[in-house]
Amino acid sequence: MTTAALMLLCLATPAAVALLLPWLGSRPNVREGVTLCGALLLLLWVLILVPRVAAGDYSEVQLLVMVSGLEIAFRPEPLGMLFALVAAGLWPLNSLYSIGYMRGNSEQHQSRFYVCFAVAIASVMGMAFAANLLTLFVFYEALTLSTYPLVTHKGDEKARQGGRVYLGILLGTSIGFLLPAIIWTWAATGTLSFQQGGIVAGHVAAGLLPLLLAMYMFGIGKAALMPFHRWLPAAMVAPTPVSALLHAVAVVKGGVYAVMKVVIYVFGIDTLATTGASVWLIWVAGATVLIASLVALTKDNLKARLAYSTVSQLSYVVLGAALATSMGVLGGTLQIATHALGKITLFFCAGAIYTATHKTEVSQLNGLGRVMPFTFGAFFVGALSIIGLPPMGGTWSKWLLLVGAADAGSIAVMGILLLSSLLNIAYLTPVVARGFFMPALGEGRSRAGGIREAPLFCVLPPMITAFGCLLLFFMIDPLVAFLAPLIEG
Amino acid sequence: MISLQLPILQVVIPLLGAPVCALFRSSRSAWALSVALAWLSFGVAVALFQQSWFGGYVSYEIGGWPPPWGIEYRIDILNSFVLLLVSGMAAVVVPFAGRSIEAELQDDRIPLFYAALLLCYTGLLGITVTGDAFNVFVFLEISSLSTYAMIALGRDRRALTASYQYLIMGTIGATFILIGIGLMYVMTGTLNMADLAERLQQVNNTRTIRVAFGFLTVGICLKLALFPLHLWLPNAYTFAPSAVTAFLASTATKVAVYMLLRFFFTVFGAEFSFATMNLDLILMPLALVAIFSMSLVALYQDNVKRMLAYSSVAQIGYMILGISFGSINGLTAGILHLFNHGLMKGALFLALGALVLRTGSTQIQDLAGVGRRMPWTMGAFVIGGLSLIGVPLTVGFISKWYLVAAAIEAGYWPIAGLILLTSLMAVVYIWRVVEVAYFGVPLAEAPLASEAPLSMLLPIWVLVIANLYLGINTSLTVGAATMAAGQLMAGW
Repeated sequence: MTTAALMLLCLATPAAVALLLPWLGSRPNVREGVTLCGALLLLLWVLILVPRVAAGDYSEVQLLVMVSGLEIAFRPEPLGMLFALVAAGLWPLNSLYSIGYMRGNSEQHQSRFYVCFAVAIASVMGMAFAANLLTLFVFYEALTLSTYPLVTHKGDEKARQGGRVYLGILLGTSIGFLLPAIIWTWAATGTLSFQQGGIVAGHVAAGLLPLLLAMYMFGIGKAALMPFHRWLPAAMVAPTPVSALLHAVAVVKGGVYAVMKVVIYVFGIDTLATTGASVWLIWVAGATVLIASLVALTKDNLKARLAYSTVSQLSYVVLGAALATSMGVLGGTLQIATHALGKITLFFCAGAIYTATHKTEVSQLNGLGRVMPFTFGAFFVGALSIIGLPPMGGTWSKWLLLVGAADAGSIAVMGILLLSSLLNIAYLTPVVARGFFMPALGEGRSRAGGIREAPLFCVLPPMITAFGCLLLFFMIDPLVAFLAPLIEG
Repeated sequence: MISLQLPILQVVIPLLGAPVCALFRSSRSAWALSVALAWLSFGVAVALFQQSWFGGYVSYEIGGWPPPWGIEYRIDILNSFVLLLVSGMAAVVVPFAGRSIEAELQDDRIPLFYAALLLCYTGLLGITVTGDAFNVFVFLEISSLSTYAMIALGRDRRALTASYQYLIMGTIGATFILIGIGLMYVMTGTLNMADLAERLQQVNNTRTIRVAFGFLTVGICLKLALFPLHLWLPNAYTFAPSAVTAFLASTATKVAVYMLLRFFFTVFGAEFSFATMNLDLILMPLALVAIFSMSLVALYQDNVKRMLAYSSVAQIGYMILGISFGSINGLTAGILHLFNHGLMKGALFLALGALVLRTGSTQIQDLAGVGRRMPWTMGAFVIGGLSLIGVPLTVGFISKWYLVAAAIEAGYWPIAGLILLTSLMAVVYIWRVVEVAYFGVPLAEAPLASEAPLSMLLPIWVLVIANLYLGINTSLTVGAATMAAGQLMAGW
């Protein structure tokens, strides 16, 4: 099969799942079977594509002209491929997990849930393979809209409020900043195609570059750069599988992926390094890293704590991009993959705890680790990876970011990174420590309370992703080699 | 050859249908005839569009009298593009009207209603096809008078005052247009537009012609509801029967915008209108105020129909804004939005009509919970709303893109910002409805709404699919708008 056909299949497979599911609502087993098959097929297509892209096959497919002679077009390249791989690799696991979670909690409207999920994954694939800014924008918006019904899934007042913030910020920033930035780029350069080395150099005055960059960075609200981060905690009203795959992986990674894509292929690392247009961004991202970590410390609700942790970790990627050094960009890109694995593990565990015990606050978790050892063990591994301690995959992204900061000669950034790691320890390890070492709440009810390990469907996926964190530590070389073309030239 | 008679057929088909409808006793047969004629006339419009797609124009001499003495119908890509919209909307709205009008009107008035609808339709088509300035006025009166009658048929008694208000303001507008045309006739002795365009060159430095220009500007802007001459519109749209609102919102103001383009670009010429008379200095500020203030007002409406009506005034502002740039790209954006807005507002008002049929109200709080009871109707409303907001993969996005690009190209950065800001305001007012419909809890005494009948859902979804399809494959709309803008700038 040609590369072009494979990319289209990557979009068509989840789209077909979305079209098929509404007719299967009355037969949940068939419905979930279709979702799983679709997820595995998608993974297969992506796995076939990876070696081709590694071999340098970046063939483009153009679908149709949409505006101003600009096409909806797809072209694979390492960064997008990595994003596609992360999303496609985690969708089957998340589908398994969803089955356990949605049934375990007897959620309503399960068909709508799976349909929107599949549409969101299709949008993610569209973003991952986008060959130009227009395509990226189209699927970016499609992702926002398809996840809105997921955020408001519960349908109560709190869900409505959360959905309002979610949609308001994401649509507001994308229409208010991103769209004019794209049109500006188009008006100035006459192209929107992603090109190695960037397209704006020589077309936009150097003095205006920081402004254009700001419109992109704040316009991509999914990257949750402060002060446009509020949607992420608000989105936590969604069912946990949604938080796990979409708001820890697909949607937020879509944001930082778009940031990287814009920095590498629209501005060009060299242009940013020579003009210094991204210096301000270092500070904004650095501040987001620290402030969000501090806020996470104050949150007792486990999902809220993880959400702020995500805000903080996302800005590592933005920081890597803003440093405009090879190692910074590489570290930031790796962070997309390592944080995805780590954070989805943590969310899976949070959901497993909720399914088994209906507890949502960190302070209620005392002693639960001894009843749910697998869940809490997986949480511990995920937490270590997020913090960046060996032997977990997260080590490498933090390491490369530090090297990148050193290359840029920025002691302050190194300081921020180290301080943030300490904060990560401070807000993540207590969860595990309470579970394993503190006496259970309510004297003598610890085991008799009827709390047991969560259903298999809820425990297996986090254990697999936790193992992935570990694996990534030892298997980082091929990944770095795969991403090497990003920083060539 | 029948293909040579297409321009006159376009007007004659609905014109002859109107009195026949009035003779019918049965509302069903009047409706069936209207549907047949609307579809037939859509076919004619498609054929005309095909003829003009390759450039040039079709000229038709009424009664064989050659222009400039006789009345000439002259159709280029701009006319035929507008004809396509108007007849397309009629082909969709008239089938929809069957059930909707039955529920909203007394039985014995229904055949008369279809007569009025066909007359209004004739008038709008006539304004669009004709190449004769006085003929424009005649058709304008045909469409206006029948519009007043249709608005007055609304269920609410306030429809009468709304209609009366529109009657007064519409008549002032039509009179101003007539005065403008009369003054031009005095100076040139001709009414044929192409001929006028030539002869005005020699006399356009006279005060008479400038006064004519002023009268025409005000008259046409009244008909197209440019702020602050829009006062008739919100009431008229709110109280008219649902199908009438949908039809008027997607056609009547669009045809008025067409008149503006035809007079200012073809008859007076872009050079005179913009360089000498500084039309842009009048249109641009008014368009900006319309866009902003009307979006703001729409935010505070509790009646969904009235909210969409104010949104229409704001959207007309976008069209006029594009035109006021006086550039090819601005003009393209204006014409494109003229077409696209017809599609999105048509879809929204039709979906609202279906909601009215089932819930009996247009108040926002009465729509609580309809999202679950009428999933197809509300789904259509959401997609229409997304199109209005300008989300990618809908026609609204295409309009916004060209409009913002034209503003940036002309260096109007703050205007580009305002366009996007008002899109965000559209998010707010559309989402108020969406939230109530999906998350609201219906009142205990509210009637249990069920999904709308198929005869309404089909027309609604035809428009919804047009919104999506033409938002993805834009070769037809953008191609026609670009060509029309080029022809307008070049003149006949």
